[in-house]
Amino acid sequence: MTHPASAHSAAGTAAEAAVLRLTGVTLHLGRDPQQVIALDAVDLAVAPGELVAVTGPSGSGKSSLLAVAGGLQHPTAGTVHVAGTDLTTLREHQRTAHRRRHIGYVFQHANLFASLTAREQLLLTAHTAGRLDAATRRRADELLEAVGMSARAHHRPDRLSGGERQRVGIARALVLAPEVLLVDEPTSALDRARAREVVDLLAEQTRAHRTATVMVTHDHEILDAADRVLTLRDGRLS
Amino acid sequence: MFLALRDLRFARGRFALIGAVVGMIAVLGVILSGLASGLADSGISGLRALPVTHLAFDRSATGELFSRSTVTTDTAARWAEQPGVRKAEPLGQQLVHAQLGVPGGKQLDLAVLGVRPGGFLAPAPLSGAPLAGSTPNGVLVSEDILKEGVKVGDRLIAGQAGTELTVTGTIGHASFGHVGIVYAPLPLWQQLHYGLPGPLPDAAAHQATAVALQLAPGTAIAAADRDLGTQTVDKAGTYGASPGYTAESSTMTLIRGFLYAISALVVGSFFTVWTIQRRQEIALLKAIGASTRYILRDALTQAAAVLLAATAAGTAVGLALGGAMNGSAPFSLQADQVTLAALLLIVLGLAGAAVAVRRITKVQALSALGANR
Repeated sequence: MTHPASAHSAAGTAAEAAVLRLTGVTLHLGRDPQQVIALDAVDLAVAPGELVAVTGPSGSGKSSLLAVAGGLQHPTAGTVHVAGTDLTTLREHQRTAHRRRHIGYVFQHANLFASLTAREQLLLTAHTAGRLDAATRRRADELLEAVGMSARAHHRPDRLSGGERQRVGIARALVLAPEVLLVDEPTSALDRARAREVVDLLAEQTRAHRTATVMVTHDHEILDAADRVLTLRDGRLS
Repeated sequence: MFLALRDLRFARGRFALIGAVVGMIAVLGVILSGLASGLADSGISGLRALPVTHLAFDRSATGELFSRSTVTTDTAARWAEQPGVRKAEPLGQQLVHAQLGVPGGKQLDLAVLGVRPGGFLAPAPLSGAPLAGSTPNGVLVSEDILKEGVKVGDRLIAGQAGTELTVTGTIGHASFGHVGIVYAPLPLWQQLHYGLPGPLPDAAAHQATAVALQLAPGTAIAAADRDLGTQTVDKAGTYGASPGYTAESSTMTLIRGFLYAISALVVGSFFTVWTIQRRQEIALLKAIGASTRYILRDALTQAAAVLLAATAAGTAVGLALGGAMNGSAPFSLQADQVTLAALLLIVLGLAGAAVAVRRITKVQALSALGANR
């Protein structure tokens, strides 16, 4: 684990090979006089195979950081480079296409589709990208195996535990082999043991698939799994 | 279709409900289509079967032309001399009340068409003998009259004068204003039309309702109408002069219009609620990289699958019910009308669904993230 104090030097090293790079990103939400500065001149670079944890109190801008990094939200200022492309120069449909090719999201509470089995959750992601072929099906099965969900592959979310759902969520995010993995509070609904399993799995998959992973969390007990830990407070990253 | 099909299976209870509603609308669509065709058939099948292109009525007649128009056989003769006229003959039409000529015989309504025996309007009988001048009281009755228990050889006592008609032959289904048609020689029709016993006055002996015309395409009729004091209407235009035809047609059209509007609204409402319920799912789809077009296509495919399956099932049930109704009501199933009814239901239902799923475009992928959920 790298402590916040050494975050800048680690980030500096990562910046050279970064597949995700945010530069001077500012995000204002709302309008005067109720305007909120969600992100304030944030710089962040994440290299392949690196797991960066971002922590901070509620309302500090953690989810906004993930939204901007994944192209879900357009920043007020700054640039967001993912796999060499500046998302801020793209139109919405182009950002969606870029996200499909290069970014995987792991959501809070897993956010699985109620009508799909664990395996189908992965196949749907491939289907949206027009890549539902034999190779992708094989990869889906391998990923389910890797996250320990092979035996539960044909179960729907209502028959899975919280930890199992989150495992499926991680496998789903990786099915199209993204370069960047953005993880939103992955352990917020899990007990200690399940939370540890999930974060260890994330770290393992990050290294195995060489993804640049950013995980926002307020769970301090899982930070040791990260290569770097950054703190977001009032929109400022340190 | 990946998610759409699985959602259909997963939420089969909800989709079964909307499917049942669409199916019942399809049943109603088939029944109404059959009733509309049946009523139209019962109102104008006799006119439709006439081998004419036009009918020339008295110029002063308005509205229900068949009951208000009177022309003369002389007018028919003069029409026959006009350029472009291939055939022209007088045609009489009269609704009369009759009774089977036996003690306590059955009461009947007849739509009597008076034509010249051997003329181009006189139909060939399916059974029995054709109209002939040698049997002045001989008539041909349609299948509709036969269903009332009349048969060849029967005597019918018709009109206030008690004119005797003898059934010499039969023709197929033909009716006018929901009354079975009887073909009679023109003099016999004139007797019925005059309505009094005894010899016909000279004027009544030359009367007819209209001049039946076969015109060459493009024949100019305005000048002839002006010279002969007639108003000429093409065959389809005369259908509106059949008693009740226009009112029935417009009523049925209105009912069917409302039915399809309601179906579009019902389907649209269902998919509006469904789309609102799926907002989180749609945001998630967008967040994992699904394009708006992909999600719209998926949603519309789902709507189309529901509409197709429910309409097919409803149409099948409607056809079965319609088959059972045949003969007990003015009901006629026609493939083109049934197909049109089913297509309208699907197309308008899809239009309703399309309006509903437009909401998909407004869902923000951002909603899939933690703080916004």
